[in-house]
Amino acid sequence: MRIPCPHCGERGNEEFLYRGVAGLARPAANAPDTQWHDYVYLRDNPFGSHRELWQHVHGCRRWLVVTRDTHTHTIADVADVATPAP
Amino acid sequence: MTSRLSQGGLIDRTVTIPFRFDGRTFSGHPGDTLASALLANDVRLFGRSFKYHRPRGVLSAGSEEPNALVELREGARREPNTPATVVELYPGLVAASQNRYPSLRFDLLAANNILAPLFGAGFYYKTFMWPASFWEKLYEPLIRRAAGLGRPATGPDPDNYERATVFCDVLVIGGGAAGLTAAREAGRAGARVVLCDEGPRIGGWLLSEPGPVDDRPAPEWAEEAVAEIQTMDEVRVMPRTTVLATFDHGSYVAVERVADHKPVPDSGEPRQRLWHIVARRSVLATGATERPLVFGGNDRPGVMLSSAVRTYLNRYAVAPGRRAVIVTAGEDGWDLLGDCLRLGVEVAAIVERRAALAQDRLDLARRAGALVFAGGHVGGTAGAMQLRAVDIVDVGGKRHRLAADLLAMAGGWTPAIGLACHLGARAEWSEDASAFLAGDAPPGMSVAGGAAGSTGLAHALQSGARRGAEAASACGFAATAHPVTAATQPAAPLWLMPANRRKAFVDFQNDVAASDVALAHREGYRSVEHLKRYTTLGMATDQGRTANINGLALMASLTGRDIAATGTTRLRPPHTPVAIGALAGMHRGRDYRPTRLPPAHGWAREQGAVFVEAGPWLRAQYFPRPGETDWLQSVTREVNGVRNGVGVCDVSTLGKIELVGSDAVTFLDRIYANTIATLPIGRARYALMLREDGFVLDDGTVARLAADRFVITTTTGEAHAVLSHLEYCHQVLWPELDIHFVSVTDRWAQFAVAGPRSRAVLRAVLDPGIDLADAAFSFMAAAECRAFGGVRARLFRISFSGELAYELAVPAADGDRAVRALVQAGMGEGITPYGTEAMSVMRVEKGYTAGGEINGQTTARDLGLEKMLAKHKDYIGRVLQRRPALREASRPILVGLRPTDRSARLHGGAHFLPLNAPATRAYDEGWVSSVAYSPTLGRWIGLGFLANGAERHGTRVRAYDPLRGGDTEVEITPPCQFDPEGVRLRG
Ligand SMILES: [Zn+2]
Repeated sequence: MRIPCPHCGERGNEEFLYRGVAGLARPAANAPDTQWHDYVYLRDNPFGSHRELWQHVHGCRRWLVVTRDTHTHTIADVADVATPAP
Repeated sequence: MTSRLSQGGLIDRTVTIPFRFDGRTFSGHPGDTLASALLANDVRLFGRSFKYHRPRGVLSAGSEEPNALVELREGARREPNTPATVVELYPGLVAASQNRYPSLRFDLLAANNILAPLFGAGFYYKTFMWPASFWEKLYEPLIRRAAGLGRPATGPDPDNYERATVFCDVLVIGGGAAGLTAAREAGRAGARVVLCDEGPRIGGWLLSEPGPVDDRPAPEWAEEAVAEIQTMDEVRVMPRTTVLATFDHGSYVAVERVADHKPVPDSGEPRQRLWHIVARRSVLATGATERPLVFGGNDRPGVMLSSAVRTYLNRYAVAPGRRAVIVTAGEDGWDLLGDCLRLGVEVAAIVERRAALAQDRLDLARRAGALVFAGGHVGGTAGAMQLRAVDIVDVGGKRHRLAADLLAMAGGWTPAIGLACHLGARAEWSEDASAFLAGDAPPGMSVAGGAAGSTGLAHALQSGARRGAEAASACGFAATAHPVTAATQPAAPLWLMPANRRKAFVDFQNDVAASDVALAHREGYRSVEHLKRYTTLGMATDQGRTANINGLALMASLTGRDIAATGTTRLRPPHTPVAIGALAGMHRGRDYRPTRLPPAHGWAREQGAVFVEAGPWLRAQYFPRPGETDWLQSVTREVNGVRNGVGVCDVSTLGKIELVGSDAVTFLDRIYANTIATLPIGRARYALMLREDGFVLDDGTVARLAADRFVITTTTGEAHAVLSHLEYCHQVLWPELDIHFVSVTDRWAQFAVAGPRSRAVLRAVLDPGIDLADAAFSFMAAAECRAFGGVRARLFRISFSGELAYELAVPAADGDRAVRALVQAGMGEGITPYGTEAMSVMRVEKGYTAGGEINGQTTARDLGLEKMLAKHKDYIGRVLQRRPALREASRPILVGLRPTDRSARLHGGAHFLPLNAPATRAYDEGWVSSVAYSPTLGRWIGLGFLANGAERHGTRVRAYDPLRGGDTEVEITPPCQFDPEGVRLRG
C-alpha cells in the first residue's frame, strides 16, 4: 500500500504504524465501566469504508486519519488528526 | 548422435560449453537452456514423477515446465525442482535428475506405478488414517522416501542477495510481442518505463517463430525493437527479471536473477535482487501458456507442447524427435507442420479436432508427407523410457498405431493473468478467447497480447502498442500507437478428448490424472477450490499453469455445468517460486536488523566485553578478566566490585524523552499511574505507565529539571512504543495541551556509577559548583551541571543496584571520553566496569522488576506496586486495572524465592506447585520470572508470581521445570532479599 501523507507525500506503508479505528472518544473518568469496556475492546469490522489511524513513524511522526476501503484498499482521504476532513 | 540442426537458431555454434547431467559430460552452446542442450544431445528422460515415479521428459520450453525439474548445482548451492527449460547453460554446470532410486533409468520405486490405486485423489486422507501410531513410524517415512521431488541444499546459502526499489510511469511486464510494442510506444512518448522479462533475451514468442513481422523475420524485428528502446534514456530494460506479485496502489515485486547464469556470482555481486517497483500504470504482457491435451500416456517422454517443439526447432535449432505426430485443436499444429517441412523433420501424421479441413491444409500435409486424421483423437501412447508409438483413433473409431518418438500437442492457449488477479479479482471465462481472462484488472493495470486472450502475432503487437500508448497518455505524455503488420490467427477451442483406460495426466508435476478428478467428483467434490485441495491439482511449484484449465474442463463436463459456471481457483502470489534468500535480502544472521551501538561501545570492546542484544542495541553483558573461565565468575566479581566499592555501567540505551510546556505536568499526570504534580524541581521519581486496558506498559524515571521541563526514561526495549504512545496521547487524545516532546535517546550517553565509593568518583569528574553531600544531593535528586572540564551534564541520584548510586548523562559525542574519565577517576577506588548481567543480579537481589516481570500481562497490583497508584486523578489505564478479576487474591503476585537447599540452582520459567501435589495444570500456582546467583547472599535467588503470594512469605513450594528436568523446593520471601530498609542506597 502507498499512503499519501499530507506532510511528506506518498510513501510506502512500511513507514507507518497502524492503530485501528479513528474518532473514538475517550470516556469521562467517571463513566460507567461498560462504556470503558466498549472503548477499549469493542470494534466494528466494516466491509468498505473505514476511517482509521496511522502514524507516520518513519516520517513526520504525525498521527493521520486515513479513509480506506477495507475491501479494495482504495484510500479516499488522508488528513492530519489535527485537521480532519469535515 | 545429435539432434542439433546444422543451421539456424539463436545459438552461437562457435563456442562450446561443457556441462554435466547425472554424472555424464555433455556440451552445448551460448543461447542454450539446459533442456535444449540435453535434447540436442539426445537426452529424452529427465526425471521421475512425484508419486508414481513415471519416466518424464520435457513438456515445455519455459517457466511453466512441470516435468523436466532438476537439482541444479551442488552442496550449499543445490537448488531442487529447477525447470531445466529456464536454466541458462554456463560452463561447468552440474545438474541431476530427481526422485529416482537408485538411478534414473532403473527406478525401484516405479512400483508405486503399480500401486497407483493407493495413491489416487485424497490418498493422504484415506490410506493413512489408522492406526494413528503408524503414521509417524511407517506411513510418513514411506511417503517421504517415495513421493517428493528434489533434495534441498546441504548448507547455509553462501550467496548474497539485494533489495532495491525503482519508480516509473509505466511498468511493462513481459518483453514478448505485446510487451515490446507497449514499452516502445510508452518510451517514444517520453514516459519513464521499466520493462521486465523473465528470459535472458527480450523477445518472448518472437524468438520462437519465423514471423514475418513488418516483413522481417520475427527475431530480427525483436532485436531492432529492443535496440530502439535501449537507446531511450527513460527506459530501463530488465531481462532475467520475473514479476512475482502485484500489490496495492501500483506496487509490484520482481526478482532479478543477476548471476544465476554464471557458475558463481562475481565478487561482490548478488546472486539475485528483489525489486520493489512502484508504477503509476502497468501493462500486463505476460503472454499465454499452451494447454496440454489429456489422453492416456500423455506424460511419456517425447510428448511435448507444440509451442515447445517450435521453440526448440526455431530458437535452439534442436529437433526433439526424429518422427513426429502432431495433435491440434486449432491452427498452432499446422504452423508447427510448416516448420517441420521447412526444417526437414519427418511428420508421420497430424490429428485434427475438426472433421472438415480447408484444401490448403490438406496440401500442406501432403507436401510434408503426413497422414491427416481429421476429426480423430489420440487413443494412447507406447514406449518404456520414451515415446515409441502413438495410437490414433480416426473419425470412424478405428485405431492406428504409428511409430513416432515425438508427439506435439496443440491444445490452445491459457492467458497468463495471475498478476492481474493477485488483488482478489476472479478470472472470467471468455467464450471468444476460449480462456479465462482478467475481468477487472487492478487499478492502473491494462492487459495486452496473449495475456488478454490474443492469438497470433498481429493482434499481440497491435494491442501492446495501444496499451503502451494509453498508459503513457494516462501519465500525461502525448502518445500514439504505430501500426505493426504480422499474421493473424483465431483462438483454438478447449478440446476434451474421449476418456480412455490408461492414465491420462492433468497435472504432471503432482501426478494428478483425469481419473483422480473423476474420483473426486464421485466422492462429492463440486467446488473447484475443494477439487484443488483434495486432488492437489495445481498445488505443485508450477501452480498448475499447464494443469488448472484441463482440470476445470473435466470437472465442468462431469458436473454438466459450463466452464464459466464451474469457475476457477484464486490466483495468489508468488507467480513463480522464489528463493527465500531473495526475499530476505541483506536481512539475515547478524544483519537481520540494524544494530545500534551506544556511544561508548568502542571503550567496552577494548575492555573485552561480551555483548548481548537488547532490543536493537548491543550492550556489554559482562567484562571477563584474564583467568576467568566462566561467565558466572566474571559476573560475581562485578557484583562484588559494586557492592564493596564502585562500578560503572553504560546505561545509554535507556529511552530518554524530553518534555517541555506549560501543560507538561498535566500531560505526565495523565500518562503515568502515580502522581507527578507533586514532584519538586530538581527531583526524580520512579513512575509506572499503564496501557488503557490496565496492564503495565513500561516503567522508568521522571526527572523535573524546571517548572515546565522534564526528562523521562523508558526501558531499552519499549522506547519506540512509549514514544509512539505519548504522541498518540498528545496528538489524538489531548491536542489542547501545551506540550512539546522529543526523543533524546541518541543525544545523551548515560552511565551508572554505583557502590559505596561512587560519591568519590563523581566528585573527581564533576566541575565545581555542585555539592554531592547527602544533605544537598539526596536520594532521587536531579540536577543539570558540568563535568570533565566544561562538558554539559545531567546528574541523577537514582539506583537500580540498591547501592549509593548516580547516573551521569553527557552529550553522546562526549560519551566515550566520559566513561574513560570515570574509569580513570575511579582507579584509586578500584572501579569495576560492569555489564547487564551484574545489573540484573543486583536488581533481582533488590526485588526490582524488569522485562521478565513487566511482560505485558502484569498489572501494578501483580508487581506489588499498587500503593503507587494515584487515587485522585484520571490517568491512562485507571479504570480497567480495577477490574475484579485482576484484583483477586488468587491472581499470582510478585514474590521472592530461594531454594531451601542452599546449593540448588534455579531456572526461569519453572512453575510453582504446592509441596507433594501432582505436577498437573490444576495445581499450577504461578511461575518463576527471573533468577540470579547472588554473590551477596551466596545462593541462587529469584523473582516470581505466586497465587496469594503476599501472604505466603516464609512458606515453601516446588519450582517445577519439566523442560530442564528441574524440581526444586523453594522458600517464598518478600521480593526484596537484600537490604530491605534501603540503608545502602540512602548512604
Ligand atoms: Zn509524514
